[in-house]
Amino acid sequence: MTCTEFLALLDDLIDDSVTTEMRADLQQHLHGCEHCEVTLSTTRKTIEIYRSNEIYDMPPGLRERLHAAIMARCKKGC
Amino acid sequence: MSTIQPIAGELEPHPDVALVDRVRGGDVSAYDTLVRKYDRQIFRIAQHITQNREDAEDVMQDAFLKAYEKLDQFQGNSKFYTWLVRIAVNESLMRLRKRRTGKMVSIDEDIETDEGSVPRDLADWAPDPEQNYNRSELAEILRKTIQGLPPGFKVVFELRDVQGLSTEDTAEALGLSIPAVKSRLLRARLQLRERLSRYFRKKKLPAEARNEK
Repeated sequence: MTCTEFLALLDDLIDDSVTTEMRADLQQHLHGCEHCEVTLSTTRKTIEIYRSNEIYDMPPGLRERLHAAIMARCKKGC
Repeated sequence: MSTIQPIAGELEPHPDVALVDRVRGGDVSAYDTLVRKYDRQIFRIAQHITQNREDAEDVMQDAFLKAYEKLDQFQGNSKFYTWLVRIAVNESLMRLRKRRTGKMVSIDEDIETDEGSVPRDLADWAPDPEQNYNRSELAEILRKTIQGLPPGFKVVFELRDVQGLSTEDTAEALGLSIPAVKSRLLRARLQLRERLSRYFRKKKLPAEARNEK
């Protein structure tokens, strides 16, 4: 397996949607290729960091204000 | 008013189905529950597309109001949340067009870019690299990094990787084909990884740096 072929299947590997056979091929490539191993681990980390950090948080005041405005309009039938 | 049927193939109807039914029956408090359940996610999507806090606030409000008005048109063959996302994405794009004085902005525009498609920064990252920054520094880095991506990439990444939607639901919410979602997701992941490397790569020890000279 080449690095390009590995990269084409990177998402499937991350999303755990590869067959057992394919996984074995990908693992085999990883053992001999430090570059692809770094790409895989840092891509996984990228996802994890974005998932566990709130980058556009809504302060409680804003949330309540918007919420009240929505519900007031809905009660009037919009 | 018709009752929403559970989505074919699913054993248990999604909990939103009962809430939507209650709203249709005139129970506004059930809509309150739906708003509270999804407001943060809708706000984030609007922020990703409009890149403007005021616009995102307006979009969130308008999207929930529009969804309430159009609830009769919701067929129930899609999930309530994917339907809501679609409304919010359209509202966000409209807002963006207004700001850019009518310039077309689209989520299905396929940006041909090689950036990130071939990983260039191959340095490994420090273990738990985010710990080198405090919470607000880290949030700023993550915001700055994702802001540079095309709108279609950002929203696909947000829906698939941050909010955990399936590829199918993401495709439906954005009106994209499944291959288009997959291709954007791969490119978004790789571009973000490449850009974050700048902050998170392992710092070379002085001795290592000297040896490389």
